Amino acid sequence: MTPLVSIQGLSVAFGGAPVLRGIELTLQKGEALGLVGESGSGKSVTWLAALGLLPRHAKVSGSVRLDGRELLGAAASELDRIRGGRIAMIFQDPASALNPVLTIRKQLCEALALHRDLSGEAVKAEALRLLGLVGIPDAARRLSAYPHEFSGGQVQRIMIAMALAGNPDLLIADEPTTALDATIQAQILELLSTIRREMNMAMVLISHDLGVVAENCDRVAVMYAGRIVEQAPANQLFADPLHPYAQGLIGALPPLDGPRRRLIAIPGTVPDPAQMPDGCAFAPRCALAAEACGATAPTLAPIADDRAVACIRAEASRRALLGIAAE
Amino acid sequence: MSAPLVEVSAISRSYSMRSGMFGRATAVHAVDGVSLSIPKGETLGLVGESGSGKSTTGRIVLGLEPPDRGDVRFDGKPMAALGTQAWRTQRARMQMIFQDPLGALDRRLPVASQIREPLDIHGIGTVAEREDRVRELLRAVELTPAHGARYPGALSGGQRQRIVLARALATKPDFLVCDEPVSALDVSIQAQVVNLLCDLQARLSLTLLFISHDLRVIRQISTIVAVMYLGRIVEIGSADDLFARPEHPYTQALVSASPAPGRRSAGRIVLSGDPPNPAARPNGCAFHPRCPRALARCASEVPVLSAIGDGRQVACHLVTGPHVQTRDAA
Repeated sequence: MTPLVSIQGLSVAFGGAPVLRGIELTLQKGEALGLVGESGSGKSVTWLAALGLLPRHAKVSGSVRLDGRELLGAAASELDRIRGGRIAMIFQDPASALNPVLTIRKQLCEALALHRDLSGEAVKAEALRLLGLVGIPDAARRLSAYPHEFSGGQVQRIMIAMALAGNPDLLIADEPTTALDATIQAQILELLSTIRREMNMAMVLISHDLGVVAENCDRVAVMYAGRIVEQAPANQLFADPLHPYAQGLIGALPPLDGPRRRLIAIPGTVPDPAQMPDGCAFAPRCALAAEACGATAPTLAPIADDRAVACIRAEASRRALLGIAAE
Repeated sequence: MSAPLVEVSAISRSYSMRSGMFGRATAVHAVDGVSLSIPKGETLGLVGESGSGKSTTGRIVLGLEPPDRGDVRFDGKPMAALGTQAWRTQRARMQMIFQDPLGALDRRLPVASQIREPLDIHGIGTVAEREDRVRELLRAVELTPAHGARYPGALSGGQRQRIVLARALATKPDFLVCDEPVSALDVSIQAQVVNLLCDLQARLSLTLLFISHDLRVIRQISTIVAVMYLGRIVEIGSADDLFARPEHPYTQALVSASPAPGRRSAGRIVLSGDPPNPAARPNGCAFHPRCPRALARCASEVPVLSAIGDGRQVACHLVTGPHVQTRDAA
């Protein structure tokens, strides 16, 4: 089966500082992929680069294919059809993505006119359907409202409606619930997963929240300093993380039940892209780092069906983890 | 349980808000009849969504804002009037930490001199003693004197929050109000700061009021947890017990909304309706329009926070008497 999206060796540098260093990633049709990592790890840049949304001075290389067709360096007219059409994106701050002086109807109809062969009444009917689909009550009346008349959760629903306007095959949700309160976050995540199932749409969920990703994705890729360090089915990653960084992220999360334990903090901070260490970028913070870790950067190597890890100490770290668990 | 260091009784605070330039002013009840008691050396976690009044409560407790009604007692004494000498003395014993460390630091001053500033203001020690104290504080937050010579812009988010913490500890306070201190930090850095706070609290026997929207962080650091909704406390209890057996429907929804690795979203309580608006608080129980189990009574009568045993207090018409397992009954 041809994957929906296939990214190979994607690298991005800003002014000589590498922020993405060879991303390898594939996404099947209808799949939900989670991307986790700390700020600056390259989660968002991966997709901004793939869609040609980075500023001109960014140096982008590698390959991004949608249904086998290369996107990097594609003509602007082709990218215009793909962005918002086949691939839609929603962001953390929905309020700034809407135009404050236009009604919701105008903005929804604009997206529909761009990506669907609809006109006149059909556009308005479709706008109404979309607004109802994302659960805005009293949709017919609310179409003539302006963005500021909606709450934060509702604005994110409207952004989702706009993203769905082009019937996308892939929705990239970049921290879609980070700015929302917990009970509203639960609503939006439920809406996203319902829509995804009904439309058989693939989704990339970018989040710093491991819990959000674990619950809403089939597969998870963990990013660190511009690379994918581990990739696994969601349940396996959280039950049995292999990369020391993935283990660290999970250990750093305070538990919500069971006995309270001291959090396992990862010492130090993320390296500066301008001064990336030789070898494995995580080695300076890694408790298991060996001499070889500082020499060459490990590549993402498959270790089982659908699992891959970029760590030469993966076996040792797994043993260490099991040893701790056995005590 | 030791004597309370901070005692808050029935504080209320409202602001007037105008909609539009000529609109009528409406009262926004940010905090409405909140009572809290924090025993010496313990941490009270205040959790709630935006607009629930948790930050306003923190500011009133510190005396940064006067309450309209009710009072705050610190170490058995009422809070001194704002700006007086007695207030200054009292304020040296209580400090605050905010979410955004960069906003709390002066970008044009090396951080060591910012840590020293409270000592200068309160006239504590000689110049040499102050320098020693700054080095000691930097060590306490696991930084080196070299970090002290830097400007805030040259430090990472986690390091800046440590500097803010060091500065807050400079006057050897007994009481610390932390308002979302780790919310802006990445998970791995958040864990460093949470561990540090726990260590410092134990070592210096600090009393903490810890405000956060993050249930996990709240549970990790608190001994007692209070849940706020639209300016009122809806449930209060011991940290372990409260999250294991939430009684108020709102607390139940909050706990259920908190995503956890290794758990699928099946069985989650997803609340309908919008986040609460403090300017248009519903009558009766403020939570009733979103409550999956609301009764007719909930729309008219305000439920009172009442004890149900084991140190738990709940403000809900559905939860009555000691040890009633309402969740099983529903």
